[in-house]
Amino acid sequence: MYQDVILDHYKHPHGRGLREGDAEVHHVNPTCGDEITLRVRMDGSTVADVSYEGQGCSISQASASVLNDLLVGKDLTEARRVQETFLELMQSKGRIEPDDEMEEVLEDAVAFAGVSKYPARVKCALLSWMAWKDATAQALGDGSAEHAEKKAGQKAEERTA
Amino acid sequence: MTQLPGLLDTDAIRKDFPLLDRTVHDGKKVVYLDNAATSQKPNQVLDALNDYYARHNANVHRGVHVLAEEATALYEGARDKVAAFVNAPSRDEVIFTKNASESLNLVANMLGWADEPYRVDDRTEIVITEMEHHSNIVPWQLLAQRTGAKLKWFGLTDDGRLDLSNIDEIITERTKVVSFVLVSNILGTVNPVETIVRRAQEVGALVVVDASQAAPHMTVDVQALQADFVAFTGHKMCGPTGIGVLWGRQELLEDLPPFLGGGEMIETVSMHSSTYAPAPHKFEAGTPPIAQAVGLGAAVDYLSAIGMDRIAAHEHAITEYAVRRLQEIPSLRIIGPSTAEDRGAAISFALGDIHPHDVGQVLDEQGIAVRVGHHCARPVCLRYGIPATTRASFYLYSTPAEVDALVEGLEHVRNFFG
Repeated sequence: MYQDVILDHYKHPHGRGLREGDAEVHHVNPTCGDEITLRVRMDGSTVADVSYEGQGCSISQASASVLNDLLVGKDLTEARRVQETFLELMQSKGRIEPDDEMEEVLEDAVAFAGVSKYPARVKCALLSWMAWKDATAQALGDGSAEHAEKKAGQKAEERTA
Repeated sequence: MTQLPGLLDTDAIRKDFPLLDRTVHDGKKVVYLDNAATSQKPNQVLDALNDYYARHNANVHRGVHVLAEEATALYEGARDKVAAFVNAPSRDEVIFTKNASESLNLVANMLGWADEPYRVDDRTEIVITEMEHHSNIVPWQLLAQRTGAKLKWFGLTDDGRLDLSNIDEIITERTKVVSFVLVSNILGTVNPVETIVRRAQEVGALVVVDASQAAPHMTVDVQALQADFVAFTGHKMCGPTGIGVLWGRQELLEDLPPFLGGGEMIETVSMHSSTYAPAPHKFEAGTPPIAQAVGLGAAVDYLSAIGMDRIAAHEHAITEYAVRRLQEIPSLRIIGPSTAEDRGAAISFALGDIHPHDVGQVLDEQGIAVRVGHHCARPVCLRYGIPATTRASFYLYSTPAEVDALVEGLEHVRNFFG
């Protein structure tokens, strides 16, 4: 689970710190107390910056660092494809062995494949990615529906905590 | 092997617990240090459960057939055992619930619906502490919100004890109920019952004691505690899940109204109104957890045969050894009392700035089971400015070798993330 890539990102996070953005969200993982504040800045349809500040386990922190690496500079359509592919990998319960095509999309993020075998840790890995999705929706002004959906989901999670 | 005074014969005891023989992650013997979450179960309890279902299963308190009579005798026999275990003056003071949370919610709801002199309303106050498990916070928050009562609490000192310096301002003439934990599940602190009870009695407040982390580990004598209600759960004391206990003083159980209505708790029912069975049945609506009560009875027998004082002495020795060895680890900080004095066998700690989830995961890879998170006591984490802790908790079958394994495991964690 703790691939060197993950430990490297944890110890030397990329793009950490809050910078100017078009939208800011704060997401928490109530079961373990991981927290992230994340800002998105868009430049037309390009993800100009994703900046973040947070505390939590190595998986959640490394995942945010990898996200910054992968998404900044990408066109939104492409960034969404990365996010969706990462989500698919993390929800695979260890059943997906990343192939070349997936590796090309996810780069360093394929290191998280092992995490998907640990249900308790999947949420750690996904925290920043869900925050990014939420912040992006808000930055683009079509956030209301998704935001409400997320809040409802979070409430359900809190109930099970 | 480390020899400590007061240790039980763990070689013999561990033979009773089949799970302790399990291996995980390619042959690593499990080191089970999550006893504050739930204990393992001895064969004596597993056999009692199996025997009940295999030979005596029937519903209780109804039916005249032999199985119903046997099931009733076993269920009520478990009540006798639990009553004796906590030195209850009467067996009728022992109410079976599904867990300690339900026991505490039951008290809160009895008081919420009660008439004078027990009534909790907007002129009265409820007192708890900052080190409570969520199960002894939320029911009182709900009661306060619904009745308008004011919720107050004792804060904590830096070394993980209750700050009772302002006890006369916290517990006042307006206080209706004081509910506090006997042994903290996160800090391990054993609280000074007498001081709190004395003040509560001065002002005529009811006292509720959450003994979830005490009943498994030490003698709990409800008469010596002088409390009005004592709650605990079966699964932390070698019993099955799904069975909890609320002990309450008889006159209170007679006076206070029922909470859940249903079968079993009634005397007569018409379409207009009902009268209720005497306690404890008044508070046990519906088919109770019969097999679970029988299992708890077997657990009580098991613990009593060893002796609660000997179990307490064993755990004290293990705790003393554990706090000493853990504090040898650089950057490890115990959250809670740093000595074994007035302390239970649950030890929470921070390891540098390594997140507890990572600590727990790397320990798990070595077969060591600990709990990580806020332990359903989030206000404690907030108080000490930490997001979560790692907690190792010991029981009657824990050994010094397991403490050594934990310490080695933590050294490995440090190297891994260092």
